[in-house]
Amino acid sequence: MKEKTYQPGSYPDLPPPPGTVGIYGWIRNNLFSSISNSLLTIISVILLYYLIDGIIGWFLFDAVYDAESKIECRKIDSGACWAVITKRVGQFVYGFYPEAERWRIDISFLTMFIAFAPLLYPDIPKRKWLLWFSLIYPFFAYILIMGGYFGIQRIEYSLFGGFMLTVILGVSGIVCSLPIGILLALGRQSKLTVIRTISICFIEFMRGVPLITLLFVASSMLNYFMPPGTNFSILVRVIIMFTFFSAAYIAEVIRGGIQAIPKGQYEAADALGMSYWQKTRFITLPQALKISIPGIMNTFIGLYKDTTLVVVIGLLDPLGIGRAALADTKWNGLSTETYLFVALFFFVSCFAMSRYSLWLENKLNTDQK
Amino acid sequence: MSFLSNIWRNEKSREIIIQIFVLFCIGWFLSWLVMNVNANFKALGKDISFEFLFIPAGYDINQYLIDYNNRDSHLRAGIVGLLNTGLVAIFGIILATVMGVALGIIRLSKNWLASKLAYWYVEFTRNVPILLHILLWHGIIINTFPQTRQAINFGELTFLSNRGFYLPKPITESGIEFVYLCFVISLIFSVLFNKYAKRKQDLIGVQYPIFWINTAVIIILPSLAFLLSGLPLSFEIPVLKGFNFRGGLHMSPELAALTFALGIYTAAFIAEIVRAGILAIDKGQREAAESIGLKPSKVMNLVILPQARRVIIPPLTSQYLNLTKNSSLAIAIGYMDLVATLGGISLNQTGREMETMVIVMLIYLSVSLSISAFMNWYNSKVKLVGR
Repeated sequence: MKEKTYQPGSYPDLPPPPGTVGIYGWIRNNLFSSISNSLLTIISVILLYYLIDGIIGWFLFDAVYDAESKIECRKIDSGACWAVITKRVGQFVYGFYPEAERWRIDISFLTMFIAFAPLLYPDIPKRKWLLWFSLIYPFFAYILIMGGYFGIQRIEYSLFGGFMLTVILGVSGIVCSLPIGILLALGRQSKLTVIRTISICFIEFMRGVPLITLLFVASSMLNYFMPPGTNFSILVRVIIMFTFFSAAYIAEVIRGGIQAIPKGQYEAADALGMSYWQKTRFITLPQALKISIPGIMNTFIGLYKDTTLVVVIGLLDPLGIGRAALADTKWNGLSTETYLFVALFFFVSCFAMSRYSLWLENKLNTDQK
Repeated sequence: MSFLSNIWRNEKSREIIIQIFVLFCIGWFLSWLVMNVNANFKALGKDISFEFLFIPAGYDINQYLIDYNNRDSHLRAGIVGLLNTGLVAIFGIILATVMGVALGIIRLSKNWLASKLAYWYVEFTRNVPILLHILLWHGIIINTFPQTRQAINFGELTFLSNRGFYLPKPITESGIEFVYLCFVISLIFSVLFNKYAKRKQDLIGVQYPIFWINTAVIIILPSLAFLLSGLPLSFEIPVLKGFNFRGGLHMSPELAALTFALGIYTAAFIAEIVRAGILAIDKGQREAAESIGLKPSKVMNLVILPQARRVIIPPLTSQYLNLTKNSSLAIAIGYMDLVATLGGISLNQTGREMETMVIVMLIYLSVSLSISAFMNWYNSKVKLVGR
């Protein structure tokens, strides 16, 4: 056969060799590229099969959503008994907040997103106006949730519970701990020996002891340190402890960020004749905070997860509500369902937070790539 | 007036003034706290004294590594708790390290499916609070494991039931000391042999199969000693008697749940650390190592790992520390660790919140401070020396 001749540079592209592109090629490259790789794939598939086979059925198809007790559940089907959740879903969300007043929680929860939007998304339209709302939001939410002003019924702290309590503890801890953390980080880097020593002692103490011992202190001892007769609510005491605890961790994260700033930046700022606070405000913090965003978000997520610890000192967060439900003889022994439900809630909210942190990190990344 | 403003404008004197002011505020605040405590204690008729440590505790602890009964002192109860904390921390650290390193490597593998599975494991595990992990595992063991009579049975040796896990208990007889001795000797030999092989390689370039020789010595020498001294080790196997197992090594549901939960939770963090550590090594390092013809195993052992270790070890240590601190959540399921004994029951029985909490906090604080001191030392040792 006569071979066709081409002008140099005008050869038609040959099709790729079979088995290197398309679905088949992808499978070959990513799942069966070598013997050990194929083995790993087979093990994974088997694992996945058992996981799906065992869990999905139990979780969804064989599950019971409505029943009066565990025994009734077991009569209906063999899967999970979600009735323990559906019967008490109100408690899981609002704790013992009076049913007629729950709209107040709903409103403050929804407006929370409006208040946070300008802080979380720098490009939002009308940001300036929204920022004013963010500023008054804490007072607004406090009045709405607690009541006692403007003719709104006052609700006692002891009725707070469920996911609402988690969000209150988490958000107030997060909001309060960031400024304190920044101050501590600056204090630790300070030239002034006294301030540096105090910051180091505080940070190392908070990081060195388990949170649960701090919560015990909050619940049983904090009143000893106050003038006799002072009595402020356990919720406030717990928020103070959470704030201090995560402020210490945030301080360490930010310190890492400050130390990562090249020395030339400070020298340039000094050469311009900036004062300490100008340097901090315009040079140190903008760069340090940007570097430490992933670490700060991790600390926030950790704080949010740690709010579950309040169950040990008797507050009724979702775990507390769940344990109360399990203590009921009707639902005794359904711990897996209860805890999985709470776990799902935490997974969704923490996963969302970590995704946001990734997004922000990419957005603020000004490195030339 | 201008004299005062000059003092304020002078940097040195201003710093001194600020520091004195801060010291004064802190001193005032602390004395205010102490005064409040005094006033409160007076009002309640309390005092601060550590004598309660030496009176009988009066409560039982279901798991103890040293002898303990309820007539022993609070101090001893605290030590039992401390040892229990150590026990669960060690178990958890072993489990977390093994799982975490494996997951971290799988996350980096070219296998799409396995890497995705590992990714979702990490995401699911670390986004759920540790306390939930602990309660979930405890609930699973208590509620879904079979009762002792139908216990899951591994060859009549190991039994898993809702009362805990029963394992064969090794019992040493006389002559075991000889085996220990041989083990120590073989370890010393391997260290010396390493040094010798390294010197030889530096001198004349000969490479010995160090790993295989050392493994052989460490396995063969103690096993020979074991055979020669007449098998001085037997196992006490748990036997079902009545409603419960007798004999053997008992792992309570609380200990098992805590170990699983801490191990599985921390493994997710360790996996991320391992992955980040390996990814942190510049690609050029691997390429250079491959281009001078090193085998893949040598690339890993001589080039990648020594550098990754520097990145991995500091956060790894802080994860171990976190695990140890997280083990204090044992109180939620009734495992008697330090917080549950001294900071829990002893506190409630004696009413000495201040003293017990101070002791508990000081113990945790000294552990974590000594570990961070070690970390600082390690960091300065392995730090890249810049020119």
